[in-house]
Amino acid sequence: MTEKALSPLLSIHPSRGLIDEKFCVVVRYLPPFEDITLRSLIHSEDGDYWEAYGHYVSDDSGLVNVESNVSLGGTYDGLEPMGLLWSMKPVPGSRTGLRLRKKEIQTPVVVHISVYRGHMSQGFNEQVALASVVTERWYMAPGIRRVDITEGGVSGTLFLPPGLGPFPALLDLWGGGGGLVEYRSALLASHGFASLALEYMTPRTSGSSTSYVGNAYFEAAFTILKEHPQVCGDRIAILGLSFGTSVALGMAVYSTVIQPRCLVCVSGSHVQPVKGSLTDVFAEINKNVRNTRYDEENRVIWRDLLLPIPTDPTKKVDVGRLQCPILLIVGKDDQNWPASESAEDMKQMMEQAGNSHLLTTLSYPGTGHLIEPPYTPHTRSSNFMVTGTRQKLLVLWGGDTKPHSYAQEDSWKKTLAFLEEHLYRGPQSHL
Amino acid sequence: MLLFRICCNLASSTARTLYFPVRVNGIDRRCFNKKRSSSTMAAISPLLDVQPTRGLVDEKIQVVVNNLPPLFPVTLHSLHHSEDKDYWEAFGHYTSSNLGMVTVTKDASLGGTYEGTEPMGLLWSMQPVPGSRTGLRLRKMDVLTPYDERWYLAPGVQRIDVREDGVKGTLFLPPGPGPFPGVLDLWGGGGGLVEYRSGLLASHGFVSMALEYLSSDKDRTSRLEYKYFENAFRIVQQHPLVMKERIALFGLSLGTSVSLTMAAYSEVISPRCCVCISGSHVHPLNISLHDVFTKFIENAHKTRFDEEGRMVWKDIILPIPSDPEEKVDMGRIKCPLMLVVGEDDQNWATVESAEDMAQMMHAAGNKHLLTTLRYPGAGHLIEPPYTPLSRASNYIFQQTRDKVIMLWGGHTKPHADAQEDAWGKILFFLRQHLYPSHNSGPHSKL
Repeated sequence: MTEKALSPLLSIHPSRGLIDEKFCVVVRYLPPFEDITLRSLIHSEDGDYWEAYGHYVSDDSGLVNVESNVSLGGTYDGLEPMGLLWSMKPVPGSRTGLRLRKKEIQTPVVVHISVYRGHMSQGFNEQVALASVVTERWYMAPGIRRVDITEGGVSGTLFLPPGLGPFPALLDLWGGGGGLVEYRSALLASHGFASLALEYMTPRTSGSSTSYVGNAYFEAAFTILKEHPQVCGDRIAILGLSFGTSVALGMAVYSTVIQPRCLVCVSGSHVQPVKGSLTDVFAEINKNVRNTRYDEENRVIWRDLLLPIPTDPTKKVDVGRLQCPILLIVGKDDQNWPASESAEDMKQMMEQAGNSHLLTTLSYPGTGHLIEPPYTPHTRSSNFMVTGTRQKLLVLWGGDTKPHSYAQEDSWKKTLAFLEEHLYRGPQSHL
Repeated sequence: MLLFRICCNLASSTARTLYFPVRVNGIDRRCFNKKRSSSTMAAISPLLDVQPTRGLVDEKIQVVVNNLPPLFPVTLHSLHHSEDKDYWEAFGHYTSSNLGMVTVTKDASLGGTYEGTEPMGLLWSMQPVPGSRTGLRLRKMDVLTPYDERWYLAPGVQRIDVREDGVKGTLFLPPGPGPFPGVLDLWGGGGGLVEYRSGLLASHGFVSMALEYLSSDKDRTSRLEYKYFENAFRIVQQHPLVMKERIALFGLSLGTSVSLTMAAYSEVISPRCCVCISGSHVHPLNISLHDVFTKFIENAHKTRFDEEGRMVWKDIILPIPSDPEEKVDMGRIKCPLMLVVGEDDQNWATVESAEDMAQMMHAAGNKHLLTTLRYPGAGHLIEPPYTPLSRASNYIFQQTRDKVIMLWGGHTKPHADAQEDAWGKILFFLRQHLYPSHNSGPHSKL
């Protein structure tokens, strides 16, 4: 009796994981030495489809295992067990300038993984898969509590790990895109940190002038964390990306209220008017708007707006006065901020001041501006709405997919280790 | 949503006030690090990590505790609030390493509800907390909600009510275009519609139908005629996503009796293979299965009670008859058969039956089809792994509604090992015989 239907067994383990958990995809009962394509598919909240695919050949027992078999091509190649996630791109025919971000973090990202006969790069919808499974990727671990924060004029969301605590905490600051971005805080809470995702980039217009929140706003946010019954008041860190780094550095050095236990600064800079408010920072950047460049596809490159790094001490945060450990994470191909140059300058300032032992810099080649949690797709450029205007541009963030994805995985692991070390362990690392 | 919670409690109460904050109504904010003036203290807080955070019921978990003081005694405690509103718990005593870590997959528990290096001990050794109702058995009836974030269903598995041709069951479909092999899943004399094993099988790539044939509903009669099971088998076979020639029978307890009978005598049911847990081939052939069941109940004079008043049914079918009219003719089995029995089974003479079946098959020349898994210290209820053992539990007789405490047998650790080992081998057996392998010929090898 011969079987007409080729019916392999596709399995994924674990079938439900956190966003930063690894998985293993295995296909069994294929013919030996058979060409197959593994493909992942996500239907995003915005209604777009994202996919990744890898070309494999089964071994002599008819098995393909992403942990031990290499992909010979597709959106990723080589021995890449997580390639089906980090190499995802919008499917052909999609809208342009997309970025995959999850807004509703209490539900998982649902990923369909399928196996197809042959080495395919297109036309997946016209072909019936040999087998298909579903996996869920969660930002929130079970038991994480989500709390809306609206007190004292502060707008944010607090994520608490399960249990009574108290827990060390994080003030989580995103960048110029604005809004209330929760997913990183949800993930940090899943790793044992109370994390407050703060909304701060919303401009207030009165008449012809636009202003942003003042330093008192950040101090109020920090105080909310400090006084929360389930937070250890003197084990609070600040994690900032892009503009969030500017805020973190400015506050850490100049605020008497904000005393972080440590800082993580991703893709940012110390260049800003000293003791200036966010409004001052924007004004200063806008002075250099003529330095905006455009690449061959007319995408906006903003990295020169802060270059050259000034020597004038009133134009940059005096990092020589930092008193807590700081982890800088920068991409060498950052086209949006001069993060590498800033990191170099910060190192020199701290060496001169004698506090460079507090500094750890992670610098990644081929990596752009948006260094996000691992196994999420790399965005080299995307649509961006300039805060306070209705202007929509296509901004170049930089980075090449494979090295950028490596940087996301490596820096996240090191970020968690850094936070664990300084927030969970003893006071000996504290100045 | 129920949570599987692991609490890190200190074994020593003095240490608690020094190292960990005192919890008073959850609002005490005294933090260990505020006492920094005590320089001899290494102010730390433990960090507990469980992976995966949402696993299938048969997936292993890894529990790691970090940032403890070195060589520090701790208790890891798991707590589950069941659907029936009871509390179940397990706990293990550990000592942290020199680096202040406890790794449950590597370190030995020094006592508690389990001991030794037992990665899954916090699950399988669970028992009702002191003061609970007696005779409890931990089972999940509603498989669509997570069991403590331990799921019976993988994402994408579909659940479908089956009510056709007089058949009542629940069908579980794996995600994907198929086709898939099928399983007809038969539980035992407890009756009702028990879905969780089928949900789990579907999560492993099999279309599986859980069949109700002994109704606990007064208005439904129990269906024990051949035709009922043949209709059920046909429903699975004719499903568009099922490979017609690749369907297994999977039975436990009375479900085994049914499976063996059908495999041997039904002209409609042709299983590709059978898995028979904790069951027997012994029952009179010349009466209907319905009468067989009634006869078992009537054999009350052979029922023993143990020293705690629990009902022991083990002897009802002993001694194993030699009269061929009193047992399924095992020589008629034409497909691979896996028997799973526990040597401490107090409910049914499954070990003796397995031995007799082997002899019959040897005499008939089809013994090469037989695989027997025999577990010392395991009882009657050999279920999917990491679920706690119920050595005895409440049992309601369908006909009379009498309630007794039935002794199933088994001791916690060997029973847990048996469940884990058997499940792995059962899945392998099912895959081997039901999934087309391109390396083997048309005849399945054992």
